[in-house]
Amino acid sequence: MRKMGFSEAIDDALGQAMVNDPRILLLGEDVQGLHGSLFVRFGRQRVLNTPISEAAFLGAAVTASMAGLRPVAEIMLVDFIAVAVDALLNHAAKLETFSGGRWSAPLVVRTTCGGGYGDGGQHEQSLWGWLAHIPGLSVVVPSTPADAGGLMLACLEWGSPIVFMEHKLISSTWLDFLGYGGRSTVTYDIPRDGTYGPVPNYWEPLPIGKAAMRKNGSDLTIATLGVGVHRALEAAAQLERQGISAGVLDLRTVSPLDKETLREELRRTGRLVVVDEDYEGFGLSGELAAAALEAGIRFKFGRVCTQTTIPYAREVEDEILPNVRRIVETCRKLV
Amino acid sequence: MTPDLWALYELMYKSRSFEEAVQQIWMDGKISGEMHLGLGEEAIMAGIVSQLVEGDALALEHRGTAPMLMRGVDPTILLREFMGEPDGLCGGMGGHMHLFSPEKLIASSGIVGAAGPAAAGFALAAQVLRPGTVALAFFGEGATSAGMLMEAMNLAVVWNLPVVFICKDNQWAITTPAETAVGGNLLKRAESFGMLAIEVDGLDVVAVSSVAKTALDHARAGKGPAFLWAHCVHMEGHFLGDGFLNMVRRPFYSFRKRTWSMVKGFLRRGGAPMSERLAAMRQIMGQVLAAQGQANQKNDPLLRTRQVLKAKDDDRLSSLEANIRSEIQNIVDLALKPEGRSA
Repeated sequence: MRKMGFSEAIDDALGQAMVNDPRILLLGEDVQGLHGSLFVRFGRQRVLNTPISEAAFLGAAVTASMAGLRPVAEIMLVDFIAVAVDALLNHAAKLETFSGGRWSAPLVVRTTCGGGYGDGGQHEQSLWGWLAHIPGLSVVVPSTPADAGGLMLACLEWGSPIVFMEHKLISSTWLDFLGYGGRSTVTYDIPRDGTYGPVPNYWEPLPIGKAAMRKNGSDLTIATLGVGVHRALEAAAQLERQGISAGVLDLRTVSPLDKETLREELRRTGRLVVVDEDYEGFGLSGELAAAALEAGIRFKFGRVCTQTTIPYAREVEDEILPNVRRIVETCRKLV
Repeated sequence: MTPDLWALYELMYKSRSFEEAVQQIWMDGKISGEMHLGLGEEAIMAGIVSQLVEGDALALEHRGTAPMLMRGVDPTILLREFMGEPDGLCGGMGGHMHLFSPEKLIASSGIVGAAGPAAAGFALAAQVLRPGTVALAFFGEGATSAGMLMEAMNLAVVWNLPVVFICKDNQWAITTPAETAVGGNLLKRAESFGMLAIEVDGLDVVAVSSVAKTALDHARAGKGPAFLWAHCVHMEGHFLGDGFLNMVRRPFYSFRKRTWSMVKGFLRRGGAPMSERLAAMRQIMGQVLAAQGQANQKNDPLLRTRQVLKAKDDDRLSSLEANIRSEIQNIVDLALKPEGRSA
């Protein structure tokens, strides 16, 4: 077993795949500088800087994948995907249906997401529910270095368009770039367990669409993903001391969604709290409730999500993003 | 008409002093997240913003501090905004990348290229509601690769909108040099849309002032949009803590954070042949060194004007600078001690 940081694990798994498959390219803004370890290993034929032309290079990555390449197109921050989302919404995601199942776009969109470091709501959104809303598009959101590398490998083998999201708060690489800028005078509420951890010596793909129980609990189930997993684990530890046994389910994949594991847990606990850093309305939290209701499960429901635009002011931001205090309060109301 | 060099220098020096204070406050950790300064752009901003009239609108990108200040936004509430305080310009909700002033028709965006369509819309409103006023779009050369900016240029031409598009070309899109990302010649590109296009040394405030007058007069007279291609530098890199600058300024820190992982990648088995790896390594090193060159004093737009004024009247210059420094110090003191604001 080796130990690695979150983004380091992704680059490591990607590097392993690039050695084994010459069709894999990494392209995006500043990737030669931001993923320097891959650039100096694979050179400029495999690691391509792009102009600030998301609509062009994401659109091009779609057809490059249709024509036999395996591009990993990086959108530096998922917020910036807005100017290029047509390539996914109207093209990559529609291709399989429109071609009568004869063609697909095996494209990986790698992108960072999430807040908690004071960059404001044009640079800190999650948007996984927004993307997963589109039929034909898959979305994964890992919460540990081991999952991050394993899921990146799985994305490369998935065979149709998939978005891989890297939360900046657990990536020391991205957080140093955007949050600290080399300073030690700022502090952010970083869940240490997500930033660094054991990873396999040789990466194997993890199953896409399979959630993982991070902690078992008998009174209620907290379903979450990304940084939310670590917030939920901290909340569950506090609840434990108050005599409430909360389980933590790490969804890992937004689409396809592991409805079965969720239902199994809910049949036992009868209480669901969704912790979702993405927007509350019309999103993942409602989708999880629907998945349980459609199976005829009777349960109590609560959710801790982002309800408004993420503001710049740090203290307000920490209240608006799901935090441990809000999770504990919401759980206690259900028990 | 000869521009008043003293007034222009005052704007530039005030902006520089203010941003240097912001830099220190950011270093002290009182500003979170990223911070993009306009050090090196002062001549462009002063040369243009000094000629605006009431009703003119500004569409800004992530380097909005200097134009906000030069347009007369209260620097204390600007600083409080950067600090995320409730008495900041926008209640601390926007931060430095999202600065807004409805009174002065200024809107900012952290999305590259967004200033183009924003200025086009402001110009449409100007055409209908405030004839004779104009809208300005400020952006870097990196944004000329963004589709929405190109679309906005075409829209401005076909609707004959009073927009002045200002490209502050500092040759870098974060770590990507312009020669590898911007195709063709930007002057010819703008001309081919059918608009007036002028190239200028953006470090020379007199030259900027002169071409800005031509472009603004053109737009105000209803002759359609204009494009200014102003060459400049970003003296503090893309943002504070810039990785390329830190590789030389703070080598040990950078080695731990960045360089070591590159060395490991370079040595890993599997991948490109050694010749390609070396080419990649040389490219990174070359870019790191080129980034340092931008911070060179010879590129400082303030120094050039300062030399002229120093020869004219050294005493007046010294007292002007001393007054501005003390004014900025008062602003900083006020912003850092909010309880003293009412006193």
